[in-house]
Amino acid sequence: MDFRPSEDQRDLARGMRELLAGRFGREALRAAADGPARLDRALWKELGEAGLFALRLPEAAGGVGLGLPEAVLLFEEAGRALLPGPLVATHLAAGRVPGAAEGTAVVTEVSPEGLLPWADDADVVLGPAAGAVPVRSVDPLTPLHRVPGGPAGLRWEAVLLTAAEQVGSAAWCTDAAVAYAGQREQFGQVIGGFQAVKHLCAGMLVRTELARAAVHGAAVTAEPVEIAGAKLLADEAAVANARDCLQVHGGMGFTWEADVHLHLKRAWVRAALLLPGARAAERVADAL
Amino acid sequence: MDLTHTEEDEEFRAGLRAWLAAVLPGLPPRPDPLDWPARRAYDCGWQRRLYDAGYGHVHWDASPARRLVFLEETERAGAPYVGANFVGLLHAGPTIAAEGTPEQRERWLEPVLRGDEVWCQGFSEPGAGSDLASLRTRAVRDGDAYVVTGQKIWTSHAEVADWCELLVRTGTEGPRHRGITWLALPMDAPGVTVRPLRTLAGSAEFAELFLDEVRVPVANRVGEEDDGWRVTMVTLSFERGTAFVGEVVACRRLLGELARTARANGTWDDPALRRRLGRLSAEFLALWRLTQRNVSEAGAGGVPGTGGSVFKLHYSHARQELYDAAAEVLGPDALDLGREWTLDRLSSLSYTIAAGTSQIQRNIVAERILGLPKGR
Repeated sequence: MDFRPSEDQRDLARGMRELLAGRFGREALRAAADGPARLDRALWKELGEAGLFALRLPEAAGGVGLGLPEAVLLFEEAGRALLPGPLVATHLAAGRVPGAAEGTAVVTEVSPEGLLPWADDADVVLGPAAGAVPVRSVDPLTPLHRVPGGPAGLRWEAVLLTAAEQVGSAAWCTDAAVAYAGQREQFGQVIGGFQAVKHLCAGMLVRTELARAAVHGAAVTAEPVEIAGAKLLADEAAVANARDCLQVHGGMGFTWEADVHLHLKRAWVRAALLLPGARAAERVADAL
Repeated sequence: MDLTHTEEDEEFRAGLRAWLAAVLPGLPPRPDPLDWPARRAYDCGWQRRLYDAGYGHVHWDASPARRLVFLEETERAGAPYVGANFVGLLHAGPTIAAEGTPEQRERWLEPVLRGDEVWCQGFSEPGAGSDLASLRTRAVRDGDAYVVTGQKIWTSHAEVADWCELLVRTGTEGPRHRGITWLALPMDAPGVTVRPLRTLAGSAEFAELFLDEVRVPVANRVGEEDDGWRVTMVTLSFERGTAFVGEVVACRRLLGELARTARANGTWDDPALRRRLGRLSAEFLALWRLTQRNVSEAGAGGVPGTGGSVFKLHYSHARQELYDAAAEVLGPDALDLGREWTLDRLSSLSYTIAAGTSQIQRNIVAERILGLPKGR
């Protein structure tokens, strides 16, 4: 038993982190957030070339031939960079929708909770999208439509990969809070020296590590109950860490200019999109 | 990211499972928790059976992955845990194994493994709790002995212990982490007085230890004089590493029992309670995965690292939350001390305090993992 990511898996994640740092760094994120919400098609194609969408297709079918453990590591990086777009839907459409695997097609899907992200930018919309009504989305980087009708069927892989994005976002918030606390001075010292601030940061790391262990475990077993539990903990980690990160930033955290609100808003969207808290908890309780 | 065990570890698991199935039905009934001599006899008897069957050494020389299998299987089968042998097997023993001379290892290790001798821990003092390095119990060299005077507290199993791993102050110069020395104190030495300490659960789980000019041979010192803090840290990192494996398995079993009770008594119909239990189940499964990751890291790097602090911070909180949820399921029965749940709920109040309070653990996480500055 060695539950740590292997050397190859760590290399894969590092490669994605470097790609995103170069192609979707802070400047690009801010430009995207301040402009009209449009997908960067060139970046989408680069993600396709890097294997994000074809990752789990067999090599014989032109894919990379890897599994869920590798996928959660890459989606964690996407969450950390706050990469916009229907990444999970396009990844799951690889091999089924032409162009999805290569990143030449943008595929979105109606979520089980009746939400449809990125409908206007997508080439293909999967699921019962009839009667979709646009919403003024709380997240400037996730345009949303609402689709009438009750909750629809769930794809467990979509739940897991969304949870992985939440873990990445929670980790970014921890890093950002620690960096700010190590630099902002009040009362003649950096605020990271105060226990009240330190303990907030420690709590953020604990939430992230617990959720990450849950997501990695669920990626290995692929058991629906374990995936539901991982989503529950990852949603909480992403939302609570964004809240605490905002708090550590003080007044600056309440500004549009600080990036943390973008993480909080996306965390809310990912939490609500599929298997929100109460449903996840019920699903885990069912198995008790 | 591999959760499968090696073929050898799976063979070990199968052999252990068969052995447990054969011996557990013949075990004597569990002793009264207030009867210390009976508890000692029971726990030492179990350790002797493990020893005779070839499992006595598992805590020490097996790989972390095999230790995980051992704890998982013994807990699942409902076998006794280490009990009175906790300090001997998981604190003092590993410390002596790591830092002792060949003579010291010869003298002290085998009796622990055979269940012949019991150890207790004399670290904390009334004035030295979270700030352990401020301890003041004095040891003055007099020929081939140290003369020790002072007071210790939270000394588990002191009433029935043969030995105490004792931290004393030998030096007063320089930084206070220097000047601490680790001694093996024979509990029958003249000048040792044990007074049971009644906890809020009503039981005498701990004791106070009074030391009045107790002579301890210099030969009983493990490590160098004034170097006891470093020697101790070896022990504490064991405590925060894999020591909770059995308890996570136990919590997952308890949660299953609780869900069965809730379904039987109708409280399951309350969605808030149901979701509370579901959430706890997700947390304990995640804690199990975190344990597997910590064990994997320990297997690769030797001594368990700071992952233990991350684990303990969440685990201690989740376990208390488990008993609070249990109280909601049990209703008025939660006030009945005759119910095991009620006593366990009281005991669980110590989890966020013992072995480093949650506040100290957060400092450790913030300073050693996140790199935030030391300070108050």
